[in-house]
Amino acid sequence: MPDLAPHRLLEADGTLIADSPLPVERVADLFRRMVAARTYDRKATAMQKQGRLATYAPFQGQEAAQIGATAALDPQDWVVGTYRDAAAMWDHGYPWVNLILGRTGDERGGCPPEGVNVLPPSITVGAHMIHAVGIGWAAALRGTGAVAMTFFGDGATSEGDFHEAMNFAGVYATPTVFVCQNNGWAISMPRERQTASETIAHKGVAYGVEGVLVDGNDLLAVYDVAQRAVAKAREGGGPTLIEAVTYRIGPHTTTDDDRRYRPDAAVEEWRLLDPLQRVRAYLAANDAWSEEWERAIEEAESEAVEQAVTEAEAMAALGPGDIFDAMYAELTGPLQAQREASTGSGLDRT
Amino acid sequence: MARTITMRQAINEALDQEMTRDPSVICMGEDIVGGAGSPGEDDAWGGVLGVTKGLYAKHGDRLLDTPLSESAYIGAAIGAATCGLRPVAELMFIDFMGVCFDQIYNQAAKFRYMFGGKAVTPVTIRAMVGAGLRAAAQHSQMLTPVFTHIPGLKVVCPSTPYDTKGLLIGSIRDDDPVIFCEHKAMYDMEGEVPETSYSIPLGEANVVREGGDCTIVAYGLMVHKATEAAETLASEGVECEVVDLRSLSPLDLDTVIESVEGTGHLVCVDEANPRCSIAADVSAQVAQHAFGSLRAPIAMVTAPHTPVPFAPGLEDAYIPDAARVAKAVRSTVATGA
Repeated sequence: MPDLAPHRLLEADGTLIADSPLPVERVADLFRRMVAARTYDRKATAMQKQGRLATYAPFQGQEAAQIGATAALDPQDWVVGTYRDAAAMWDHGYPWVNLILGRTGDERGGCPPEGVNVLPPSITVGAHMIHAVGIGWAAALRGTGAVAMTFFGDGATSEGDFHEAMNFAGVYATPTVFVCQNNGWAISMPRERQTASETIAHKGVAYGVEGVLVDGNDLLAVYDVAQRAVAKAREGGGPTLIEAVTYRIGPHTTTDDDRRYRPDAAVEEWRLLDPLQRVRAYLAANDAWSEEWERAIEEAESEAVEQAVTEAEAMAALGPGDIFDAMYAELTGPLQAQREASTGSGLDRT
Repeated sequence: MARTITMRQAINEALDQEMTRDPSVICMGEDIVGGAGSPGEDDAWGGVLGVTKGLYAKHGDRLLDTPLSESAYIGAAIGAATCGLRPVAELMFIDFMGVCFDQIYNQAAKFRYMFGGKAVTPVTIRAMVGAGLRAAAQHSQMLTPVFTHIPGLKVVCPSTPYDTKGLLIGSIRDDDPVIFCEHKAMYDMEGEVPETSYSIPLGEANVVREGGDCTIVAYGLMVHKATEAAETLASEGVECEVVDLRSLSPLDLDTVIESVEGTGHLVCVDEANPRCSIAADVSAQVAQHAFGSLRAPIAMVTAPHTPVPFAPGLEDAYIPDAARVAKAVRSTVATGA
């Protein structure tokens, strides 16, 4: 049975309470990545408010749960996440410009560069976890040694797809790492009303899948359990279910107003457990942090995101013909006719 | 007394009045109470669609906030319906039917038939349909034909707040499973709605505009596109009769045929993809039963046969509009003049 106390290496004040699985320089680099991710999250939220992006799901507070996990992957491994996992996706190579394009309603965003092993964000809840099982299964059958890591929330564990994914992964010992970011809320539904299970990590037991509970706001602890799960998967040891306990600081999406269903006080409590602050304090104690350094990386990362925004907004506009072009390997006859009609006088043929 | 309210309020009122009238009516769905039992501001929200606002305060635990398990709560609603309750389940987006479809097409739709007529499943499943809100391919579909195709289900898609209230009450009181489709672009649409409870029977179309030159058949949001086109055409001297189907299953073919017998021309408008659509079905049935009345080929105005595009410009081009309807009418009327 999973340990009921979440695995922790960094206290909220940044004190290291066991050996670090990473050298300080690597931790500093992961901190830079967390700063970059938060910069993107802030900018995307602002752009949505300006009407430049469609609905956006902020991930503030979940940077350690995502980047701590993907830091354990090799480039050949796969990331299969959701609309709230932009930090994990970007950390594994999915460019900002693709994420931004995706949010402007441009399907070209779903097409990352060759060699980036990241699926576009899953918009429906649950289906993608099974894809990660299939990707891991295929890697095992083909002997590539790749591992698939999938991200999802506490709400998704109530979907039938979660249970079928876990069962299949358990039976075939697929190299799949399930990362549940338990952020406390599925829109307005609190975790304690989502499932009667004591922890989500316990749900692995029924499927013969090892379950691990970790402090999701502790970068080092998340990395620690993730790298063990990834190594086990790569060696043929099968799947792991990681429950990273974290908190959704923002609303469900930019169209949601969370103040309607949860008190500010609870959010404030979790703000004090900010995953960036913990690493910042740890780095400072190791003479690896300064205010100037953080400001400099913030500026550099902000510029990188700005550049991606410029690039996305400079893309050639889509025309009516683009409605059809990604339909099949070869456009079928009737669709060819509809395409021609659409670019001419209107969509009159069916 | 009738007063002007939105479609959202019409749904709220229908649910409230039916829950008050009949203790066996319950509501369930994700976030429909919105944090009830949590320390948040209970029931101030009314869920993602905002339609259940205030109902928890009045009806308490007869409104259930469910876990993220569509197959479980739709299946449970169906099970409860067979044993005396009249559940109204909110599926948020009709696109989510995929994860609970077995419960709908293999279970609810076939219970009565496979139990020798003994099982009664008075469940109403409400869901948002349609495009236009920049919600992308997996949250914008018009899946009405999928459900219409399945024997044992009834399918409703209203076009006004008045019809919404009456048809929802009719659906709740109906003894068979009903898929109640609410167009997401219409929640704020206003219209006159009586305060008293009333029921509109399922399977009765509504002639919303009379005319002798061409029949336009539509449902849901497309009724408004058809009416807009009819107004433009009237100024050109072409009088259209607009038939709002209101319920897609059962289908009121008699009203459609009666209209076509008077006009001799038919344009079917459907926001769904064209193949095996409501427009295709109505066209085929009119061709079978009223071919002799037609003076020109039937025309269909539908979405193209692709998913709903996410990009705003493309989505706008995707959805049939009044100009396309008017063009189809002009063409068919010119052919068979």
